[in-house]
Amino acid sequence: MKYIDDTLVMKRMSKRLLYNKIWKFLFFLATTFALITLAVLLYRIVTQGAGYLTADFLTNFASRFPAKAGIKAALIGSLWLMAVVAPVSIILGVGTAIYLEEYAKKNKLNDFIRMNISNLAGVPSIVFGLLGLTIFVRTFGFGKSVLAAGLTMSLLILPVIIVAAQEAIRAVPNEQREASYGMGATKWQTIVRVVLPAAIPGILTGSILALSRAIGETAPLVVIGIPVILQFLPTSVFSEFTALPMQIYDWAKRPQEEFQYVAAAGIIVLMAVLIFMNSIAVFIRNKFQKRY
Amino acid sequence: MSVRERFDLDIQAVQDQLVALCTMSIAALERSFQALLDQDLDVALEIIEDDNDINHLEEEINDRVILLIAKQQPVATDLRRLMVIIKAASDMERVGDYAVNIAKETIRIGREPIIFPMTNFKSMCQKAIEMLQGIVKAFVEENTILAKEVADLDDYVDDLYGATVELLIRAGAEHPDKTKQISHLSFICRYLERSADHATNIAEHLFYLVKGRHYELNT
Amino acid sequence: MVIAKEAPVKETIVTRDNVIAPVQKNIVYETRGLDLWYGEHHGLKNINLDIYENEVTAIIGPSGCGKSTYLKTLNRMVELVPIVRTSGEILYRERNILSKDYAVEELRTHVGMVFQKPNPFPKSIYDNIAYGPRIHGIKNKKILDEIVEKSLRGAAIWDEVKDRLNQNAYGLSGGQQQRICIARCLAIEPDVILMDEPTSALDPISTLKVEELVQELKEKYSIVIVTHNMQQAARISNRTAFFLNGEVIEYDETDNIFQNPSDQRTEDYISGRFG
Repeated sequence: MKYIDDTLVMKRMSKRLLYNKIWKFLFFLATTFALITLAVLLYRIVTQGAGYLTADFLTNFASRFPAKAGIKAALIGSLWLMAVVAPVSIILGVGTAIYLEEYAKKNKLNDFIRMNISNLAGVPSIVFGLLGLTIFVRTFGFGKSVLAAGLTMSLLILPVIIVAAQEAIRAVPNEQREASYGMGATKWQTIVRVVLPAAIPGILTGSILALSRAIGETAPLVVIGIPVILQFLPTSVFSEFTALPMQIYDWAKRPQEEFQYVAAAGIIVLMAVLIFMNSIAVFIRNKFQKRY
Repeated sequence: MSVRERFDLDIQAVQDQLVALCTMSIAALERSFQALLDQDLDVALEIIEDDNDINHLEEEINDRVILLIAKQQPVATDLRRLMVIIKAASDMERVGDYAVNIAKETIRIGREPIIFPMTNFKSMCQKAIEMLQGIVKAFVEENTILAKEVADLDDYVDDLYGATVELLIRAGAEHPDKTKQISHLSFICRYLERSADHATNIAEHLFYLVKGRHYELNT
Repeated sequence: MVIAKEAPVKETIVTRDNVIAPVQKNIVYETRGLDLWYGEHHGLKNINLDIYENEVTAIIGPSGCGKSTYLKTLNRMVELVPIVRTSGEILYRERNILSKDYAVEELRTHVGMVFQKPNPFPKSIYDNIAYGPRIHGIKNKKILDEIVEKSLRGAAIWDEVKDRLNQNAYGLSGGQQQRICIARCLAIEPDVILMDEPTSALDPISTLKVEELVQELKEKYSIVIVTHNMQQAARISNRTAFFLNGEVIEYDETDNIFQNPSDQRTEDYISGRFG
């Protein structure tokens, strides 16, 4: 007795194949939608901003006149910001990840910490801005400085870096650690010589992507009260500064139409920086990826 | 019950073949001795021819055991059993050869009347066959008590052999014209004694199979 | 088949024991009343086992019988699982390794380990072998060179890799990787080598190469090997321990175990008739 009737199967075959095609088309449509949106956005910005994107634009300070306005202070300010955010967030983040993955025992407290770090990654950036304003700007008295903004941004991306580093450390096969322990290596030697070398590509990729987020964030800077029009460059971490997204935001809200084009040029610069950082991440990932 | 049912069946089949070989050899010995008593040369010739079957069966058992060892990598009892089957088959094949030898001597004696009383011969043959049949039974049952009893009978056969050889030598002196017949008879006497020895050998193999150690039963 | 009956046999018995005088060997590991729990699970039950110098000791048994656990207790790798508790003692060269004042790092420089899956580091062949000496503080390049060559020769893989010491160890075949791991283990100049199913991920020819190597290595080292492959245990070991449900059922010379085991459960396991 056969349970599968061949004629029935053949009758349904064309219908099944049709459904298969329909679903494939729908998924393809979803992908194209995202791509088209991105393309339109890029087209608008490039056509608007390309005319204003001159050498002067990169070397001039901000100005009341659209033709004279430049992005120098914001670009350099953003780089200063990164100079604070990168070391602070990576050192704290990787350290935390190593502790959680390699040292922390599996108990309720550590489970609670792990869960909350993931939750922290979902907290809106403006909340971090308020935190930075209260703690760094007011309590510690850093003012509207690179340091205050940098520390705030570090807090913002710290959970992302911790989670990325945890993933990278967890991806190192246990056999590797066992091989090291089996030869009498201490935990520290094993971490430095086996775990970190294998995890660094993952950690760096995650960190750079997190930094990319930090460089584009506006909300915390607005809350802290970073100035917009500056005619000088920061000289130390305690100097006042401005950053790319702040500058773009300021231009975009001005009434003069030309400033919209200036803002578009600023966006091109910001995107160039972002693409540059992302390509470093991709490069590191491809170059150092280990197989096991 | 067993994870290796097929393997167990294969071992059982080869052991059944061994039992068949035993039956054939014992029957050959029995018939061969009867042919001697009857001085029936036709039966003697038949026995010589039939020995091929015994030889082929022994070769087949060897081949099957070798294949089982090669394919199944037996250990412990399985391995001992297969080794013991090979050795017992070789012992039993020798018994078949003795039947042939007795048949050949019978042909050589021919129709000339036997001058020597055959009583001792008869009881030797009877004992040897009793031992061989007993050891087959012990082997199938893996009964070491029975095997020990069989091996103990060998002393009796040995004593009888000694006495008979003595008598044959004396008979040879009394009948100088019958030396040829007497020498044929003493060979036959020797073959019967050897057949019983092989029963003892198999008893030792059985002890090795069951206990995993080598025992010397024929002391 | 009929169960064998005991026969009264005169004590004119020739046995192997009488013929071959037992050689007295030094004991490396002495396990006394070892119990081990994984949380609530009683993983090892009252293990008493001596491991001898310059011998290959095989540990066999069905999955989950505790054989790997026992092996990992011998270099305390089992402690990587946090819920493990032990009681009893394991004397390594007459010192109890389970006592708190025996540093695992010290123990593991005497006791090397080779794992089930070849696990070279994603580094060059040279750096893999030099890893152990380096963590123990050897920096001199000349000494490291010598150790690397000696270890690779010891693991019978020098000729295959001597021209590509700077290439990544992952470029090698599985069997070569496993011998690199053995060489890496030799580089810490161990006394004992623990092997946890070292050939289960290898093809038959590589397996035979590793087995051959194990036979050579026992001249200088004492080897404890856990294996699923009973034929392998029969081929390469001097002694075999049969574990079942966390207990040692039988521990004897390999020749006895595979010819005439004294416990029916051992016989059933080695002849493939479990259950």
